[in-house]
Amino acid sequence: MTLPTTDLLLEATGVSKTYGAVVALKAASLAVRPGEVHALMGANGAGKSTLVKILTGAVRPDGGTIAVHGKERIVHSPLEARRGGLVSVYQEPALIPDLDIRSNLRLTETPLEPFRYWLRELGLEDLNLSSQARRVPLASLRIIDLARALAIEPDVLMLDEMTAALPANLTERVLEVIGRQRGGERSVIFISHRLIEIAAVCDRATVLREGETVGVVDVTEGSDDRIVELMLGQIVKEMPAGAERAARGMRAADVKPRLAARGLTAGTKLHDGSFELFPGEVLGVVALEGQGQDELFDILAGSVRPSGGELLVDGAPVSFRHPADAIRAGLVYVAADRAEALLMQRSVRENIALPFTTRLRNWGLIDLARERKTVDGAVATLQIDARAGGEVRRLSGGNQQKVTIARWVAGGVRTMLCFDPTRGIDIRTKQQIYRLLRDLAGAGAAVLLYTSELKEVQLVCDRAIVIFGGRVVAEIDAADADEPALLRAAYNLRSDAVIPELAAVEAAAVAIGAAAVAGDEAEGDR
Amino acid sequence: MTNATATMNRVASLGADVRRNAWTLGLLAFLVVLLVFTKVIQPGYGPIAAQGLGTSVLPLALAAVAQAIVVIAGGIDLSIGSMMALTSVVSATLMKGQSEEFGVAVVVGVLLLGVVLGAVNGGLVVITRVPDIVVTLAMSFVWAGFALLVRAAPGGGAALWLKDLVIGPIGNEWIPRAAIAMVVVVAIIWIPVVRSRLGLSIYAIGSNQLAAFRSGVPVGRTKLAAYVLTGLCAALAGLSLTASTGIGTPVPGPYTLMSVAAVVLGGVSLAGGRGGVFGPIVAVVVLQMIRTDMTFLNVNTNLAVVAQGVILIGVLMFGSLFELRRARA
Repeated sequence: MTLPTTDLLLEATGVSKTYGAVVALKAASLAVRPGEVHALMGANGAGKSTLVKILTGAVRPDGGTIAVHGKERIVHSPLEARRGGLVSVYQEPALIPDLDIRSNLRLTETPLEPFRYWLRELGLEDLNLSSQARRVPLASLRIIDLARALAIEPDVLMLDEMTAALPANLTERVLEVIGRQRGGERSVIFISHRLIEIAAVCDRATVLREGETVGVVDVTEGSDDRIVELMLGQIVKEMPAGAERAARGMRAADVKPRLAARGLTAGTKLHDGSFELFPGEVLGVVALEGQGQDELFDILAGSVRPSGGELLVDGAPVSFRHPADAIRAGLVYVAADRAEALLMQRSVRENIALPFTTRLRNWGLIDLARERKTVDGAVATLQIDARAGGEVRRLSGGNQQKVTIARWVAGGVRTMLCFDPTRGIDIRTKQQIYRLLRDLAGAGAAVLLYTSELKEVQLVCDRAIVIFGGRVVAEIDAADADEPALLRAAYNLRSDAVIPELAAVEAAAVAIGAAAVAGDEAEGDR
Repeated sequence: MTNATATMNRVASLGADVRRNAWTLGLLAFLVVLLVFTKVIQPGYGPIAAQGLGTSVLPLALAAVAQAIVVIAGGIDLSIGSMMALTSVVSATLMKGQSEEFGVAVVVGVLLLGVVLGAVNGGLVVITRVPDIVVTLAMSFVWAGFALLVRAAPGGGAALWLKDLVIGPIGNEWIPRAAIAMVVVVAIIWIPVVRSRLGLSIYAIGSNQLAAFRSGVPVGRTKLAAYVLTGLCAALAGLSLTASTGIGTPVPGPYTLMSVAAVVLGGVSLAGGRGGVFGPIVAVVVLQMIRTDMTFLNVNTNLAVVAQGVILIGVLMFGSLFELRRARA
């Protein structure tokens, strides 16, 4: 057997990708040695998933090179990538729900015996291969995906948020199996938001920030802080919009919360959504992806009914059966995904008028003159460029987002629930939205603002709550809520916190540590 | 300055209106071309032919309005032809040999029947969550079966005043009464709907059901209302069949699929949320004119049907290319 010409198994350099005006990757590089578990880290939207998709051929890069075993190659499709030994397990299960497990395996030409072996190793030996994929629980599907990938013995296995949906005992088994890949010929690229898992199984970590590789760190004790630092980068100080927040923090003791949530639960994601939102404040919500914030907002907006807990509006318990109920109770929802909120083919007027008319209970003719006045008022307030207003899809993203807010402002706002309202829009529009949210709060409205841009917390919010693992784990005053503090809280990096999942991971880490030492010794014997 | 802005806005909104109705306007232009063409190849084409055209297209035009409403709401109704047959035989059977006054009661009753048929269709779609295409296909058999139970063979009669509503000219000899009937129906049913919250909700659920739901629109109730309106218009179409032929026919004509063709040709998106009822009405006249011209040109009848299909696809392709270029610009 000839030696490879380079000691790198996979090397990507200067990979870039833009979607229209959005730059997903600027200059991403990644070098993976054989036999290592390599972490790929980065805040939300840093480009991790795009990079993985490019490596597996699901997305074509605009520039850059990818070399496997020192040979440059262009991967056109996931099938080609798999034949070349690059296999990925994505965030969402990739099994066809209407086929049984066995047919799913046949579809991807997975050898059955190795699959069964890995299934046993992963602690899922009692799986019935004849069961339909849609009847198998989500956590098991993730395990099946992983076992399927391991069974074809890829050179590079990429795991994108593999552990996000797993219970503690399965997470432990998965980490143990991944740890066992170390020291061989094959490598694993591991993406996770949980630093503790990175520390447990990874050798090195490549950190992405805003589409660029900003550093490669050897994972050792205490490298957590270095990774977080790299993810944050130079914290840009801009737009001190907090000047007009005179009354913040000074809340009279007798003010009743506009909205109080107590122990809200939903599905497997949200376990304890508890907070109070007061009139006149902007309350930030900070969480990593998939910590239960989507479910929390769905409940508050009336789209989903909670499986437990209590919701009070102005001190009175409420239960929403339909978004219309929430709207009548004064809770209005601004979605991040404008495609979920707007009638793209209809006019600005109709989009603004739609929710505003649903508050009226009458089904008669719409008073067009009054409606026009209200709509014009909202358009002016938000400075919407409505020249292309005949069809909303012709507006720019920023203007579309303004329409999603204007439609609620038109009817008067008591409580506004904003889910990442500034995602993917330009800085000027962002500032207008910040100002508007502050103005709304100043006028006595209560605003709940989930944001994936941590600096928005200090720019707009009075205080922030942090959700981790479906629980509200921290409340931070805006004065203390700088990015490092928020990110630490979002990763739940607090030594005093005792959370069962983490305890399990730590236990696993110890076991893997021992196994790794044993592996190293074996390696040394060779 | 404010005035200038206002004027600018008005001009802009006029431009937007033209752009939004570009399809219907283009179709109208196409119709004018067809009419001129017809007059050229058949110089004898005159008022009588125009009246006949009005009477013969009215049932399909009403069917197209019925289909347009439900398609705009994001659904489809494959039972329109059967509902027309059922309402037509019921009205013809009840009116035969009865007084003119009794005819009024029959018309009101048949319209109510249309509302019930639409409510059953819509109720099943909303409650069972079975796809609308399946529900309405199944119901088309049910309604057609009922029609045959009412009357196994064509027959019955129609009140004189009902026939007078759709046959012959009004005012100028070039204006068919059927056209006025059409205008009245649209003015009474469609315009109030569009101007009210219901119309906005219908466009909303057809355009983006999730967004409509999140905006507080009662999606199920709105869908039901759309099907009820469709049932009502189908009943009107059935009545116009009875009025124009003087009898009721229990076998559904080609109206269901023709109405879908007219709706598509009329600029209503089958994906829902776009278009109106005027486009489909013009489209029905266009389709009828094409057929008439084929007859004048002595084209083989079977070949004429083929040609109609080819023209339908051709016009749609042309329109899509136009849309595509506009989207890129």
